[in-house]
Amino acid sequence: MAVSETREFFLDASRCIGCQSCVQACAECDTHKGQSMIQLDFVDRTRSTQTLPVICMHCDSPTCAEVCPADAIKRTEDGIVQTARKPRCIGCNNCVLACPFGVPKMNTRMNLMMKCDMCYDRTSVGLKPMCASVCPSQALAFGTREEIAALRPGARAVNTFHFGAQTIRTKVNVLVPKDAGTEIVDVTAAMYEPPLGRDLLDDVFDARRSGE
Amino acid sequence: MTARDADSPLPVPALDLEVIRQFGPFRAYAQDIRVDSGVVPDKQVKTHCCFCGQQCGIELKVKDNTIIGIEPRYDFPFNRGMLCPKGVKRYLQQAHPDRLLSAYAKDPTLPSGFRKLEYTEAIARVAGEIERIQREHGPNAFALLSGASLTTEKTYLMGKFAHACLRTSNIDYNGRLCMVSAGAGNKKAFGVDRAANPWSDILETDVVLVAGANVAECAPITTNYIWQARERGAKVIVVDPRITPLARTADLFLPVKPGRDTALFNGILQLMIANDWLDHDFIANHTVGFEAVAKEVSAWTPARTAEVTGVAERSIRRAAELWGTAKSSFLMHARGIEHHSHGVYNVLSTINIVLASGRIGRPGSGYATITGQANGQGGREHGQKCDQLPGGRDLANPEHRAYVAEVWGMQPEELPQPGVDAYELMRKAHAGEIRGLLSICFNPVVSLPDNNFVRAALEKLEFFAVIDFFMSETARYAHVVLPGSLQEEDEGTVTQVEGRVIRINKAVDCPGEAREDWRIIQDLARALGRERGFTFQSPEEIFDELRLASKGGVCDYSGVTYENVDKYDGVFWPCRSDTPDGAPPPLPQGTLRLFEPGSWNPIARGAGPFYFPDGKARFNATPYVGPAEDVDAEYPVILTTGRVVSHFLSGNQTRRIGPLVDHHPEPRVEIHPRLAVRLGIVDGDWTTVRSRRGTLTVRAWVVDTIRPDTVFVPYHWGGRKSVNQLTISAQDAISKIPEYKVCAVHVSKADGPPEYAAALEPQQ
Repeated sequence: MAVSETREFFLDASRCIGCQSCVQACAECDTHKGQSMIQLDFVDRTRSTQTLPVICMHCDSPTCAEVCPADAIKRTEDGIVQTARKPRCIGCNNCVLACPFGVPKMNTRMNLMMKCDMCYDRTSVGLKPMCASVCPSQALAFGTREEIAALRPGARAVNTFHFGAQTIRTKVNVLVPKDAGTEIVDVTAAMYEPPLGRDLLDDVFDARRSGE
Repeated sequence: MTARDADSPLPVPALDLEVIRQFGPFRAYAQDIRVDSGVVPDKQVKTHCCFCGQQCGIELKVKDNTIIGIEPRYDFPFNRGMLCPKGVKRYLQQAHPDRLLSAYAKDPTLPSGFRKLEYTEAIARVAGEIERIQREHGPNAFALLSGASLTTEKTYLMGKFAHACLRTSNIDYNGRLCMVSAGAGNKKAFGVDRAANPWSDILETDVVLVAGANVAECAPITTNYIWQARERGAKVIVVDPRITPLARTADLFLPVKPGRDTALFNGILQLMIANDWLDHDFIANHTVGFEAVAKEVSAWTPARTAEVTGVAERSIRRAAELWGTAKSSFLMHARGIEHHSHGVYNVLSTINIVLASGRIGRPGSGYATITGQANGQGGREHGQKCDQLPGGRDLANPEHRAYVAEVWGMQPEELPQPGVDAYELMRKAHAGEIRGLLSICFNPVVSLPDNNFVRAALEKLEFFAVIDFFMSETARYAHVVLPGSLQEEDEGTVTQVEGRVIRINKAVDCPGEAREDWRIIQDLARALGRERGFTFQSPEEIFDELRLASKGGVCDYSGVTYENVDKYDGVFWPCRSDTPDGAPPPLPQGTLRLFEPGSWNPIARGAGPFYFPDGKARFNATPYVGPAEDVDAEYPVILTTGRVVSHFLSGNQTRRIGPLVDHHPEPRVEIHPRLAVRLGIVDGDWTTVRSRRGTLTVRAWVVDTIRPDTVFVPYHWGGRKSVNQLTISAQDAISKIPEYKVCAVHVSKADGPPEYAAALEPQQ
């Protein structure tokens, strides 16, 4: 079965209370018990109690899959970007470095990249994902657009993001205040630039070299 | 008072390495059957979380008498699947390596200090010591300590065991550290002690005022209720010395200086009166005592309030305006305003602004205290408090004594007189007046203030027995430890934060020689040769007697049945079984909302909605009184204490659950950068916090989110990591709650790591 087309995932970071319920519940998902795929931390604890859960955004055109040399990451028809297939994954870390949201994590013990599959065992049979089920502040929510619109009249769902020259559309929606304009955080996103003549992988390898 | 000379050496608890090596706390993680994919559970049991007073619905997945995981319980209306991390990982406390599988007796010849004891021998030994101590020193020389995480059936049985079997005055419970200021305040103002409104009313309200409640960490599910109100346009006001996660996005944040809450609410009421933001009809028709309160608060001008509370004058004015002009409102508070030597005044000062607004007893408008423990509500109603009988009845009231004595088949004069509170029990133990003690569901060595004194008191007991499922820090002091039951190993009811009676269902059997707590108590009664009245065969039988014993009382459960609790997703007390003259017929689902216009109660009998003979609520004058120990040149910083989201109370359970320990491994002291700079402390430094009673060295967490005159340390850890070595045992004169939220300390950078750092795991 596939994940329902009408029920979607919504992330509202303004509601996050840092309780880590999502992190703990993620490890209860039957496909990866004991392993959490969510990272949650303070943005800057000295300044604020603001925390942010990092969940897979399930991109329409997933960078992790595009950079995978072993073709281990598949996006199913219902828009879910699945975790790496164990027989194919070579543990190269390309996806870890390339994901613009910083989601995939390398399980070095298993030499396998693991990431959120939106609790496919649950969502494909009509249940909510674990994290959005338990989230006590509903910073993570799962429902139809109509349900969310009724519950969050002041919010607008955003699912298009710009990373420099890269524009990404995601299956997961981020809720922002309805009256908030588009926020440009990287100057290059607003610039006109001629093509760079470099492809994404060069950037990735540059990043690896500079990290050494 | 127990204050020691400032220059006397401070007692330092032992590291207890050997007992920890045998009994933990060790961290459990999911492994084996708990991580295997595709395991089909034998059953999924619908029940509730074992931790806080929210009592979220949860399903436990059981395979081979092991709880292998949880499933969100979408059908339970209160939380609809939502859970905090404690609820998600609670299952790891079961089938835990630290679990006590047999009784133990103290044996100083063994390294761990304990040897196994056969269960019947253990029961005989405890009963023998009870009998000896009571025979030699009188019935009151043996005391009981109980807890509000037990089911209501067990709390009822504990009260009955004390008053009808042991006939000792001396029983009290750990709600003394938790709910008693709220309870006393509610009884003084409303004549009844229960959240006035169901949580669904929060969703409909225009202003939410949260005073002294770190909702996001201590009652996480309530966050969504408050924020759903905000989605409708409600304003959120938070009163707290720290910017808690809820306060971070509040419309108005009032950073009150710890211990000054009464002044703040007096100041708000003064502005409400000055601006005529009052419901004159409600005050005239449904309350008494407003004039005296108006006179009391008249001196609390905004300028004076700001000076005393440390809150900006403009914020106080804004709070009064938001509250004063609201069409509907919901005020909630918790331990932040209650854990004070004037906690009842703090509570009453908030109730005064509710009564002045007239906004109570109707949909979308109300008031509640947020209960702390699983059965923080039910556990304070049926007779395990030192002055109480079932149904919220009074042990000192001749009519109440007569009614309950009849239910119990005894003469009223055979019932003991009221006893003393839990801390006073410790003082009496220290003084040698109480010689023996049986404790269940209580970890006073971690949870009571000035706990080095508590340690000394326990060491003076001739006999100390503990019923627990783990070797708690307190059990280490026991002569006999009896293996009790986890919440998921027994059944019964609890009453959650809204006053809703709900069912706890058994998921697994007790392991080894461990037994259900109520059976252990009945085994003791039998061994004492006084088993009459202690021959229940099931929790439901106990509940049925409780229904009768509470009938006609303020906390009337007589119409609550297990069947209706299941049928209606809980029954809200009061729930009568009969229809007295003038009363409407009772509803099977009970009373959702208290104080509704025209409502009937057994005290007012139709005269009005509040539980006094005239049916009117009481304003209570609340003179501001400062904390018992204020800062001075030697101890210039305020220490306040509280909880973190991943641990619960004394940590006896959560410090054994690996993923929760990993979230908050050890206590840290929160310090504002302004104070940290002055003390030369940077983030992560080992920092020593010292009071007149004890000293603690933990790492610093330098954060902008706390008042610069205050430091915060959470209290879930034992031994040398316990902040309650430092707290003061000053108590509220009315409620006897200890002043956990304010004492004076000296803070300095430590020379290096403390001794425990190299010897103990973080949770130990």
